[in-house]
Amino acid sequence: MSTIPSKPFDQALFPDGGPRCGLLKFVLWLGFLGLIFAWGGYAMGRIFFYGIGETALDNYFGFGLWITFDLAVIALGAGAFFTGLLRYILNIDPLKNIINLTVIVGFICYSGAMLVLGLDVGQPLRSWFGFWHANVHSMLVEVMFCITCYLMVLAIEFIPLVLENRQLDKIRLIHRISHNFHVFMPLFAGIGAFLSTFHQGSLGGMYGVLFGRPFAFREGFFIWPWTFFLFVLSAVGSGPVFTVLICGIIEKVSGRKLVDFKIKALMGKIAGTMLTIYIVFKIIDTWAWANGYLPSVGLTFDQMYNDVYGTWLLWAEIGVCGVLPAIMLMTPSLRNNPTLLYTAAILDCTGVTINRFVFTVQALAIPVMPFDQWYSYTPNWAEWAPTFLVLAYGALVISLSYRYLPVFPQEKKLNA
Amino acid sequence: MSGHYGQFDIRWGMVIDLDKCTGCGACMVACQAENNVAIQTDASNKRLVTNWMLVFELSNGKSFPDHEVAYLPRPCMHCGNPSCVAVCPATVTTKDEEGGIVSQIYPRCFGCRYCMASCPYHARYFNWYDPVWPEGMEKTLSPDVSVRPRGVVEKCHFCHHRWMQAKDKARVAGEDPKALPQEAYQTACTQACPNGAITFGDLNNPEHTVHELAHSEYAFRLLERLGTEPQVYYMSRREWVRRAGDNYLADEKTGSVKNEHHS
Repeated sequence: MSTIPSKPFDQALFPDGGPRCGLLKFVLWLGFLGLIFAWGGYAMGRIFFYGIGETALDNYFGFGLWITFDLAVIALGAGAFFTGLLRYILNIDPLKNIINLTVIVGFICYSGAMLVLGLDVGQPLRSWFGFWHANVHSMLVEVMFCITCYLMVLAIEFIPLVLENRQLDKIRLIHRISHNFHVFMPLFAGIGAFLSTFHQGSLGGMYGVLFGRPFAFREGFFIWPWTFFLFVLSAVGSGPVFTVLICGIIEKVSGRKLVDFKIKALMGKIAGTMLTIYIVFKIIDTWAWANGYLPSVGLTFDQMYNDVYGTWLLWAEIGVCGVLPAIMLMTPSLRNNPTLLYTAAILDCTGVTINRFVFTVQALAIPVMPFDQWYSYTPNWAEWAPTFLVLAYGALVISLSYRYLPVFPQEKKLNA
Repeated sequence: MSGHYGQFDIRWGMVIDLDKCTGCGACMVACQAENNVAIQTDASNKRLVTNWMLVFELSNGKSFPDHEVAYLPRPCMHCGNPSCVAVCPATVTTKDEEGGIVSQIYPRCFGCRYCMASCPYHARYFNWYDPVWPEGMEKTLSPDVSVRPRGVVEKCHFCHHRWMQAKDKARVAGEDPKALPQEAYQTACTQACPNGAITFGDLNNPEHTVHELAHSEYAFRLLERLGTEPQVYYMSRREWVRRAGDNYLADEKTGSVKNEHHS
């Protein structure tokens, strides 16, 4: 009796390009993600029911893990707008092979950030007051408007990919709709680039305008503190390689080649170029802050660091996770080595995360009043659980997209 | 820098003589009772407790017999150039009313806490949980000040309701509500201080004591170098106390520097 290899029940939905794991295995994976959802959901439930007092946040650390996480994922999600800009506006054609993934990663990052923000504000049902009673002088208003609009743009960019599911695409109307979405994609890429540049900058501006916080305050150009520009540069210097990392993880888990390594190296070169520009300005900015601004308000560089939030954070951010990956990504022989490319990408993403952390948490830990004291902040389980929920949400969206949508145009060729 | 937020004819302000303050905390208690500040059953974590008025202990850092302490009551500074007003996304906190009091509109606050991150004085407090009044205690609530729900930021407002009442009283008496005598409007903390360390009044009005005190050679403001332009002044004849009011480099003389970034 011959044995016929069993095919997954949902095979008809798979993209034209390759096999996917069995349905049972996939459901077990979803079940694992479900456990994280349950844990995160429990924490969210407690926070919505009892209040944010369930977290380790306090009157000194009004911002903590969640804001750090939001800022980090929004920076790392910058691969979407920047790659879109390069692909659709500057016509760098090879990027078409990874553009779908950048859109998905961007969508996850932004929607995940919105989810966490909804939890982080004290009165979520009043969140719309930021639009209704908008204070035009607040960088946060600009962030709110741009992030909301940009999430819509990302959704519009994601829709055609969903419509290209093998079964949906057979429906003539849907096929035409998705085709028309593609026709207008350069327009959305342009809008996305505009919106994203501004809110990445405004996130930096949010900290740079805090003249009551000498760690964060920066002077700048017109209404924009230098952090405005630094946050844009650091986002585009890390977002593209974050997408490469996600791609590498999907390849590792699925055991299939999905994007030609040359494309990844190109993304590394793009991020490396921006990271190099960023790190040069970041070093100048840090030097000017330490030697110009701080002494002008009676403070010294050493007063900005203590045993917990030590200068090691600065050296790690600028040196190990800044200069080093910039050199690695800008040197072709290093960049073209997969291990070194991924290493540089990890360092790069770590660096931008440290940057967002110190601006969010360390800035608040420093005693500004001379008679006050240093405090430190450690997030508790009620903050970690929803954070992992968002990570699980990201894994869910990527898993479903990989399984059912034609995300990787090169997959068939690379695995032939 | 008050120019950013308009020039006010009246500028309510406070001068606190730190040489008179014993740190008894009567101002804190009076403030809590006056303003319906929520009772916390567990106040062991001081960073979760709400104190619109908070007394800090300052030390000269020397050993006995040279050791000295001072106590510094810290209300909201009602800055001329408030770091909180510009950052608030929903126009919850403003400085646009005659008198220069920095407002906080509780029903509009959605609890982003950006204002808290901006304030170097830690004068802003978040309601981490719903306020609960032990049975019977709700009878002590003042009808003049709204209670705040969880999820919003609150802070000192210089007992703004007392100003409203003083103006009403002046109008009824046929007097000018914009030219209140000093006694007509006083904050709860000012009246509660047993040593008379806190003086409150219109900084712009030469007939009010604060006008003169704020111009004293011993007067200073907290973190003046940052450019916040507080409407709360402190006084001390002790140089080390005045020096503790701001950050100074080792070679800088106390009170010799001014803000270079926001003037």
